Amino acid sequence: MNTLVSVNNLTKNFSNFEAVKEISFSINESEILGLLGPNGCGKTTTIGMMLGLLRPTSGEVIINGLNVEKNRINLLKKMNFISPYIELPKKLTVKENLMVYGKLYSVNDISNRIDYLTETLRLSEFINKKTGELSSGQKNRVSLAKAVVNDPDILLLDEPTASLDPETGDFVRTFIEKISSEKKMSILLASHNMNEVKRLCKSILMMKDGKIIDRGTPSEIINKHGKKNLEEVFLKLNRTKNEL
Amino acid sequence: MSYNRILGLFLRHFFLIKGSLPRILDLIYWPTIQIILWGFISKFFTVYSDYYNNTVGVILSCAILYDFLFRSSISFNMLFLEEIWSRNFTNLFIAPLRISEIIISLVLTALLRTLIGLVPAILITSPLFGISILDLGTPLFLLFFSLYAFGITLGLFVSSGLLRYGPAFENIAWSSLFLLAPLGCIYYPIEILPEFFQTVAKLLPLVYIFEEARSILVNNTVNYSSIMSAIYLNIFYLFLGISLFYYSFNKARDKGTLINIGE
Repeated sequence: MNTLVSVNNLTKNFSNFEAVKEISFSINESEILGLLGPNGCGKTTTIGMMLGLLRPTSGEVIINGLNVEKNRINLLKKMNFISPYIELPKKLTVKENLMVYGKLYSVNDISNRIDYLTETLRLSEFINKKTGELSSGQKNRVSLAKAVVNDPDILLLDEPTASLDPETGDFVRTFIEKISSEKKMSILLASHNMNEVKRLCKSILMMKDGKIIDRGTPSEIINKHGKKNLEEVFLKLNRTKNEL
Repeated sequence: MSYNRILGLFLRHFFLIKGSLPRILDLIYWPTIQIILWGFISKFFTVYSDYYNNTVGVILSCAILYDFLFRSSISFNMLFLEEIWSRNFTNLFIAPLRISEIIISLVLTALLRTLIGLVPAILITSPLFGISILDLGTPLFLLFFSLYAFGITLGLFVSSGLLRYGPAFENIAWSSLFLLAPLGCIYYPIEILPEFFQTVAKLLPLVYIFEEARSILVNNTVNYSSIMSAIYLNIFYLFLGISLFYYSFNKARDKGTLINIGE
């Protein structure tokens, strides 16, 4: 299987704080890789460097054989990102937002693309509503539509189902599975939902204090630590000695 | 450079303006109030001031020119602040947008916002005060061009600060023009300023623009060398503004501002 993303010895320092410490990993074509770790462990910083939003202190991110630092604009054309911490303009309608991002990603035949996304992500009943007037589940589906408007090769998902009801959460997970297999999309999924990670990811990375402390398939990691599920492994790796 | 991406960012703000009548009214309201206020002050001075005697419209024309500068700069800043307030900032910077495309798009959108606000205000000056800024003749367009370039330059300086320091820089965005207004010699000749401030004022294009506007209206003569001085200074400051914007973007990538700016 082709390696699409290679992260090599990536480090990021902010003043005196080392947020990410010499991490290396790769993502293959059509693979969904899980990124697990407690808040502040360096997940968002890692994603930021992959997207070119942050300049690495050292190390490199290679995507499709190209270094992100030297080819940021070209690589961003085939990448996208979703996070609960960023939003689409609330005063624009859903359709206007998709139109704007379609243009920003130079999508050919935007109208057709919007029609396709409207149908696939069930946006039709609120496509002409202002984005700020939608429920959190509807907003999440719109963000997802924006994240795939350019039909990316690489999708970075930061807690894509945070604060969603079970039905919408399941809809989003099914959509992620579908686009990964049908479009051969490579996905990096940062999540705190262990069941979600177990369901979607073929392999996972566990991060703590800016380092990768474990990696493997979900069952390999569970067995290795002698626990019943990923949540127990997560707690074991992240609780301090006193808490244990 | 991609026309599609420039259009995309323009559309983001065009849809925002188009979809909100209160927003359009807000754009028109302040320039109109400003122009009406200065219209009455102008009328008073033409009657009671020796300097402005029989030169109807000098103050009002300068007020319109200053408001054009003010609106273009604020418009540019507002476009940037809108992205921060709506937490859309990161979405823009993960799109394949070049810095040059962002600047061009914001320059065009700021012009649209400025004209929406100022054209109605200019139109009412003729029926209300019997004054038309078009009396400045052909040089008016060069003066407008100079003011717009300087407004955009100030917008670039402030946006660079927003990029570098985040929303904490917002207050500077609002106060930047008020700081320069006294040195711009908008309503009075440069000789009024103390000598030291005269030297500083001469380093800004504003003095040449407003001195020239007064000269045309009071003496009926056009001094193109003043207009050219303003344009040369504008080119220098615009180059500086663009360079600073690029520098701030790179610094923001080091500091991580692009990823947390809305938080």
